[in-house]
Amino acid sequence: MPLGPLPAAVPPSWYLTLSAILFALGVLGFLLRRNIITVFMSIELMLNAVNLSFVTFSYVLKRNDGHIFSFFVMVVAAAEAAVGLAIILTVFKNRQTLEIDEVSTLKN
Amino acid sequence: MQLWLIPILPLLGFLLNGIFGKRLTKPVINAIAVGSVVLSFLWVVKTLSALGAFSGGLEETYKEHYYTWIQSGALNISVDFAIDRLTAVMLMVVTGVGALIHIYSVGYMSHEGGYYRFFAYLNLFMFFMLILVLGANFLILFVGWEGVGLCSYLLIGFYFLEKFATDAGNKAFIVNRIGDFAFVLAIFLVGFHFNTLDFATVMTQVKGMPIEASAGLFTAISLLLLVGATGKSAQIPLYVWLPDAMAGPTPVSALIHAATMVTAGVYMIARTSQIYLHSTWALDIVAIVGLTTAFVAATIGLAQNDIKKVFAYSTVSQLGYMFVGLGVGAFSAGIFHLMTHAFFKALLFLGAGSVIHACSGEQDMRHMGGLRKYTPITMVTLLCGSLAIAGFPYLSGAASKDLILEAAYEHAPWMYWVGVFTAGMTAFYVFRAFFLTFFGEYKGKHAAGHGHGHDDHGHGEHGNGEPHESPAIILIPLVILAALSLGGGFINIPHFLEPIFPLQEGEPARWLEYVATAAGLGGIALAYLFYVVSPGLPESLENTFKGLHTLIYNKYYVDEFYDSTVVEPVVGGSRQLLWRIGDVRVIDGLANGIGTTARGLGGILRRAQSGYIRSYAAWVIAGTVLAIAYIGFMGASR
Repeated sequence: MPLGPLPAAVPPSWYLTLSAILFALGVLGFLLRRNIITVFMSIELMLNAVNLSFVTFSYVLKRNDGHIFSFFVMVVAAAEAAVGLAIILTVFKNRQTLEIDEVSTLKN
Repeated sequence: MQLWLIPILPLLGFLLNGIFGKRLTKPVINAIAVGSVVLSFLWVVKTLSALGAFSGGLEETYKEHYYTWIQSGALNISVDFAIDRLTAVMLMVVTGVGALIHIYSVGYMSHEGGYYRFFAYLNLFMFFMLILVLGANFLILFVGWEGVGLCSYLLIGFYFLEKFATDAGNKAFIVNRIGDFAFVLAIFLVGFHFNTLDFATVMTQVKGMPIEASAGLFTAISLLLLVGATGKSAQIPLYVWLPDAMAGPTPVSALIHAATMVTAGVYMIARTSQIYLHSTWALDIVAIVGLTTAFVAATIGLAQNDIKKVFAYSTVSQLGYMFVGLGVGAFSAGIFHLMTHAFFKALLFLGAGSVIHACSGEQDMRHMGGLRKYTPITMVTLLCGSLAIAGFPYLSGAASKDLILEAAYEHAPWMYWVGVFTAGMTAFYVFRAFFLTFFGEYKGKHAAGHGHGHDDHGHGEHGNGEPHESPAIILIPLVILAALSLGGGFINIPHFLEPIFPLQEGEPARWLEYVATAAGLGGIALAYLFYVVSPGLPESLENTFKGLHTLIYNKYYVDEFYDSTVVEPVVGGSRQLLWRIGDVRVIDGLANGIGTTARGLGGILRRAQSGYIRSYAAWVIAGTVLAIAYIGFMGASR
């Protein structure tokens, strides 16, 4: 069944604004929070914000590319969650801390 | 005819002794070193007799082609050996005298360290010298030319623990570079204009060319070749290395710096005589260079006290005679003198070696004297050599020297008179050395211990005071060479070389010969008067002509002059300009500058690498923002 037009109550710009707000929140959380878990969640938030804009543009432009992209992003996000959480667990096991600034062996 | 066997045999000797010498015993080393040269000599004799050189044959050049070495465009240089009558003379001299000196060295070097090294070098020298003589084109000759220079350097610096020996080796090598540079330029000129380096081809082409058409070219080539020859054959202005080269062991002085290598320049000019004949101007310069060298070196020889130095300057002087012979067009007389000189000068050096051996390493003639009681055989052989070089009638030196002087008279009488005067001086200084050594009372130290001469390595161990006669292995070569010095004049080289160098017509005046002989005998008589009859006379003469004596005793200060005009500017320039500015500032500055720039840049960039994940993230975001801003302002490129 072809997609009919949505009720005109929510214009696409709102979705995009929401997406921008979510993305900005993700960026801020990523930069400002110190807990690795929170940072990790911020990354997920950014990914989903991007997904939202993909879907919105896909709808506006009446094309499927955006949907396909968002699926890819979800797959990547899932993989990333698996790997990322494993890393976080190992870091915690080795250092008994999740302070992100403590993990700076690259420098020293 | 397997010409390649001639040089290959000494090369094999070099390889065997050079590689395995350390583990071989002395008899084995001797057998390899002497055997290879003697075999080479025998092969030369066999080859030459097969070619008919001893029975009037070998009028044409016999040539063997081995392989093409360099092929580039029209230029084709191959490895060829050739024998003509000129080469035949050189081959006989080089391998014959070389073999005798090898035998002598067995006795002379028996107490020295580095025994196998010495013979390896000596064999290598023979190899290169034979390459030089056999080479059928300029490049092969040049290979030998450079090779003998290398061996000369190695053997002068044989006592490499002594600074004066290494210095002398360096001097010989560097001075020869100047000559070799000119020689290379000459080879380039020949290759450029004739498109071949083959002697026979070039000479045939030159023969057919009119003199007027390309006199400039021939003058340039022959003058450059002359500069090369002055380096190798120790002529003015490049003769300064040869007296210092006496720092090497005495057999080396005899073989390389008297009999063979230093005559390479004479051989080379004779080999390229066609080019010289097309430039009379260059020939004149050859004669003048030779005459000046003969005269100047003879005057220096008058006042030297080191017996080897006397003979060294004598060698320079005699080489000058050969150049005079070449320069006045009497090429065969020059080659004749080359051969007789090889006999008597090798004899003089080997005899001097025997004397030095007898005096436990002493080289200063003022500390010798009276040796006729102790070393009778050495004395008799040295007397033969001295008489030969002094021009005693019918001996080898007289025969060749008179030919040169007669040709010089035909060319320009004043050259003859200078030559005769030089012959008188030659006789005087050689007999001065002879009388100082063998007559009077023994003035050396009777105490045991090391002499302080240049050659004292190891001789001290039997330095029990009394001078002693040398062993038979040293005396046998001396006796053979003495016989050659006496009778060498009867080998009619000018006649033998007639197919290559046509003899001039006409009989020279008899009085020329008589005057030359009289000059030689007068020199001998004067030396007898000065050093036997009234030994006080030289000293009073020295005091009368103090300035002159100091001047020639110090060799006209030529070394000092070269030091201040050439050596010091070059060294100083290298130090101040090339080292302090060129190397330190420019090259080091460039390299260090690149390093400093990279460090500075890295110092700035490494601030970005804080190690904090969040700061990296901030950079990523800043980069993203910048990229987006760029795209936003400029529009995405399409």
